[in-house]
Amino acid sequence: MKRFVPALISFVLLTLGLELIVRGGWVSETLLPSPSMVLQSLAEMRGDFTVAFKETLLNVLAGLFLSITIGSLVAFVFSLSEILKRAILPFAIFFQTVPIIAIAPLLVIYFGFGSPTVIASSFIVSIFPIIANTLMGLESASQSQRDLFRIYQATPLQTLWKLKLPHAYSYIYSGFKISAGLSIIGAIAGEFVAGGGLGAMIDSARTQQRVDIVFGALLLLSLMGLLFIGAMALINRIILNKRPLATLSQE
Amino acid sequence: MMPEAVGIQIENLHKEFADKRVIENLNLNIEAGSFVSIVGPSGCGKSTLLRLIAGLETPSAGTLKKASEKELNFSFVFQDPNLLAWRTVYENVRLPFELNDQLKKLSADEQDKRIVESLKKVHLDESQDLFPHQLSGGMKMRVSLARALVNSPRLLLMDEPFAALDESTRFEMQRELHSLWQKERMTVVFVTHSLFESTFLSERIIMLKGVGARVVLDQKLALPATREESLRTTEAFNKIVEGLSERLRA
Repeated sequence: MKRFVPALISFVLLTLGLELIVRGGWVSETLLPSPSMVLQSLAEMRGDFTVAFKETLLNVLAGLFLSITIGSLVAFVFSLSEILKRAILPFAIFFQTVPIIAIAPLLVIYFGFGSPTVIASSFIVSIFPIIANTLMGLESASQSQRDLFRIYQATPLQTLWKLKLPHAYSYIYSGFKISAGLSIIGAIAGEFVAGGGLGAMIDSARTQQRVDIVFGALLLLSLMGLLFIGAMALINRIILNKRPLATLSQE
Repeated sequence: MMPEAVGIQIENLHKEFADKRVIENLNLNIEAGSFVSIVGPSGCGKSTLLRLIAGLETPSAGTLKKASEKELNFSFVFQDPNLLAWRTVYENVRLPFELNDQLKKLSADEQDKRIVESLKKVHLDESQDLFPHQLSGGMKMRVSLARALVNSPRLLLMDEPFAALDESTRFEMQRELHSLWQKERMTVVFVTHSLFESTFLSERIIMLKGVGARVVLDQKLALPATREESLRTTEAFNKIVEGLSERLRA
């Protein structure tokens, strides 16, 4: 708990500073709302915020679930087949460089307005770190460990399951953490064009110049990100308490 | 009764990597049940020869015969203990039973009995629930040895297994390995840089040198069958090491 104290102190100081700057009239409230004003908006519009938060959360969870499932499967297949990896991975890397905001209108054409487009957007943005990290982890087992499995005549699936996958744990966990954050970004980009959730709320507040609503939504999105990271850290701790999977050094 | 040890016959063996000829026209006969050390300077092809015997590399030409290729009758001990960090000592030693189809056929009781026996042989039966990060370097190497012994190999291939250990642990491991070999009488092919180590352990030393892994020395050692610690300071021992050293420098 002690390690959170510095962060808590800086948060309180920043909030107080902002409150003073805005109330003192140094910055216009139409540009930067005071923290109290943001809290007031959150309280007054709690019904709208709750519905939007839930909708975005569900879309993000669906996008992240698809990323984790499909991304991991793709990485497993690539690790078992060098030819498939060479044939497909360069396109995945190229695809990753295209900005999601440029693809989002296409997704609306394909999936229509609403959740399917948002989930697809969240999925597209968050799948690549899972493929890249999982693959890197699966290939990180040493040559002598692979030789050991060859000597015992292990099948490729046994090598994947009993050697490569546990060895890749730290890489996979770090990929999941990166993707959790990206899945929120992808979902918000999707909601800007396809509607729904906190993304649409931000977009609509923008047209009304309601920065307090925008900041309220941003606060909730940060909270969502923190929830994801917290949940993952907890799961990671439970797993590591059972097995020292993160010991990547050669034993 | 223990199955017979496995001998190795190597005839006109060649091995090339890309354009580099590592082994050229090698002929060797390693008798079943013997303890043979292969020494030589870095890059002379010692480890490649061991990998060829293990089937981890395929010969470019020539033949390499060891009894019953189908059966898993050999084990390999690497320089690195190669333990899986997420498995306990017991689970690491159990690994061959989970991977190899023949070994899988043994009953769970028989597997457990063999694992415990193997751990006893290396004095680690009390540490079976520990994870590798809780072990010292010497203990890790003992686990690696226990895993290699669990399938009762009749041929044990060892690639500089004690190179990373401190001197006192290395001496201890050498004594234990030699006494294990005396009890089990499997064939041991031991690759090492150390002339002292090879002299202490082996019945026979083969020195490889130069391009193509030429055999420059093939010597049977006239030393007592049981290797006591005091052997290291005897005149006979040091004379052998001196002779090997001169041959290596020549």
